[in-house]
Amino acid sequence: MSATESMPQAPSAPATRAPAVLELRKLAVEYRLGDRVARAVDGVDLEIAVGEIVGLAGESGCGKSTIANAVMQILRPPAYIAGGSIVFQGEELNGKTDEELRRYRWRNVSMVFQSAMNSLNPVMRVGDQFVDMMQAHERVSKRHALANAGNLLELVGIDPRRVRSYPHQLSGGMRQRVIIAMALALKPELVILDEPTTALDVVVQREILQQFRQLKQELGFSVLFITHDLSLLLSLADRVAIMYAGELVETAAAAELAASPLHPYTQGLLRSFPPLHGPLTRLTGIPGTPPDLANPPAGCRFHPRCPDCVRDELQLYVRQTTERPVLREIEPGHRVACHLVTGDES
Amino acid sequence: MSATLEIRGLTKRFPLGGGDRHAYVNAADDVSFELRPGTITALVGESGSGKTTVARLIARLHDPTEGTVLFEGADVSGGLRGKGLLRYRSQVQMIFQDPFGSLNPVKTIRHHLARPLQIHRIVPRAQVEERVHELLRTVGLVPPEQIAAKYPYELSGGQRQRVAIARALAVEPKVVLADEPTSMLDVSIRIGILNLMLKLKEERELALLYVTHDLASARYVADEMLVMFAGQIVERGPTEEVLQNPLHPYTRLLLASVPDPAEGLDLQHVERRPADHVVTAEATGCRFVARCPLAIERCRQEPPALLEARPHQSARCHVTAPEPWHASA
Repeated sequence: MSATESMPQAPSAPATRAPAVLELRKLAVEYRLGDRVARAVDGVDLEIAVGEIVGLAGESGCGKSTIANAVMQILRPPAYIAGGSIVFQGEELNGKTDEELRRYRWRNVSMVFQSAMNSLNPVMRVGDQFVDMMQAHERVSKRHALANAGNLLELVGIDPRRVRSYPHQLSGGMRQRVIIAMALALKPELVILDEPTTALDVVVQREILQQFRQLKQELGFSVLFITHDLSLLLSLADRVAIMYAGELVETAAAAELAASPLHPYTQGLLRSFPPLHGPLTRLTGIPGTPPDLANPPAGCRFHPRCPDCVRDELQLYVRQTTERPVLREIEPGHRVACHLVTGDES
Repeated sequence: MSATLEIRGLTKRFPLGGGDRHAYVNAADDVSFELRPGTITALVGESGSGKTTVARLIARLHDPTEGTVLFEGADVSGGLRGKGLLRYRSQVQMIFQDPFGSLNPVKTIRHHLARPLQIHRIVPRAQVEERVHELLRTVGLVPPEQIAAKYPYELSGGQRQRVAIARALAVEPKVVLADEPTSMLDVSIRIGILNLMLKLKEERELALLYVTHDLASARYVADEMLVMFAGQIVERGPTEEVLQNPLHPYTRLLLASVPDPAEGLDLQHVERRPADHVVTAEATGCRFVARCPLAIERCRQEPPALLEARPHQSARCHVTAPEPWHASA
């Protein structure tokens, strides 16, 4: 790993690639749990280009929401950034003042949480909550903010007159749309969606995502989409990163990942979805449970659950269980961290 | 095979409140189906379609406004109280969506499984411990001695849901009603719970009702499928028939909404409807008409009946199921 770090940063992206709005470099986030330390995010490199939808998938507790909170700069003790950097539009966030970060949040990067629909104030009209949020960041009159709120609601398919409604008068799907409208209010460059539709049923989910993608095309923001539902990401994202136990284990264009997943964990995730068409076979999913991040297994963190990690080839087995695999580019744009996958360059 | 549970014309109206004593929402409206031993029946639909209400009516957590539930031929829908109700409830068990809310946080797993064994006198006191271990092994929680001593917070969501299933099985029920048992679990864990349901169906000849909005998982486990919309069953039939050759436009909409890694989510062809749209109880005609791409004038005036438009496959639609198949043949 140290070898790659000391190498000068080559312009790895081809010239056609849009400039990055967000770059994570060797990001590490830790949680202090009494006398133990759990590394929830361990050396993550991730780039999001302008206008790109990047999906981040993995099981509960793999650290994907922690990445979102780190990017949003809303980590609270016992969590803290233990290393690496977050670069937004070329600027390092580390070292910014609280006031600078306050302006950065929501104006540059906004976030929709999983249970965001429950975060609306129940005793305040929807419109007034827009006014509150906008006046916290910009000097606008109430009348102007309310008119803007109406326009935003219309964008996400809600009658603008609903600014006069209270949250309890809206369905769960509508409240989630309100939150998405709020996240777009200050025209941020990056929107983070953390399981935005997990609490909703499939019909509403599709409507919201369809609308959201249309808005993305019109407004041109970038998206970090976090979910454990890989099937959803593959149909929505441009590029997908698979996370396991605090590390990225595979990243590729969505179509490439769906067609030829290389990491056994990605393959396992894809095998966890029963198909809606075609032949039906008994699926196995992924046996076992994710490791304790305060005490992760040596070598490849997935090896205790990996169906391809067997003792038959002793030399390989020793490598799998003692040496941490590094994320390597196997094909242009397709990176994998697995000892079993041999690329051309090795 | 004869049905374990027969549901006939089950209807539940909840008052809407707001001072109008005549305002009701039809959460379940004239719902009829059967649950057979060794069969998994999926009840699918979107939130608010009434599928959970139906499961709760069968479990007698609500009393039906109208209709009957026959358990092994005996009416259990009205008037069943006291010992009779207790006996019925030991035969018909329910598994809930939230494995975090359905277990008592200050009691061990052993306590959760031993209690139903004692209350319903399933085994003599001396055999309770042994049976608890057996139940844990059945649902794949090993080693049972260690798991039994744990508290719910020490288990993952998937493990907790397995405990909830073991508890339901403790009283040796003939019917299990599973209400979205996997929707709060990680995708990688879900398939394990679905496999467990298949195993229980095969080994214990259980009659299982699987309530879900996830069509792919319903296809994976279910033999029969019921599609619910706005309190009514709008399509029913063998799972594979319903999913590969759906009759009702609502079933087609549900199918188009499922993200399928093989085919991609169709985000281009999406019905445009106002998010404010609600189905009112007073509506005449078909309840799906406002969202239906196939609607004709008749749909606005006359409610369609559930008709067997293909052998074993029924739908409630004037356009795709205008008459029974044997009438047109």
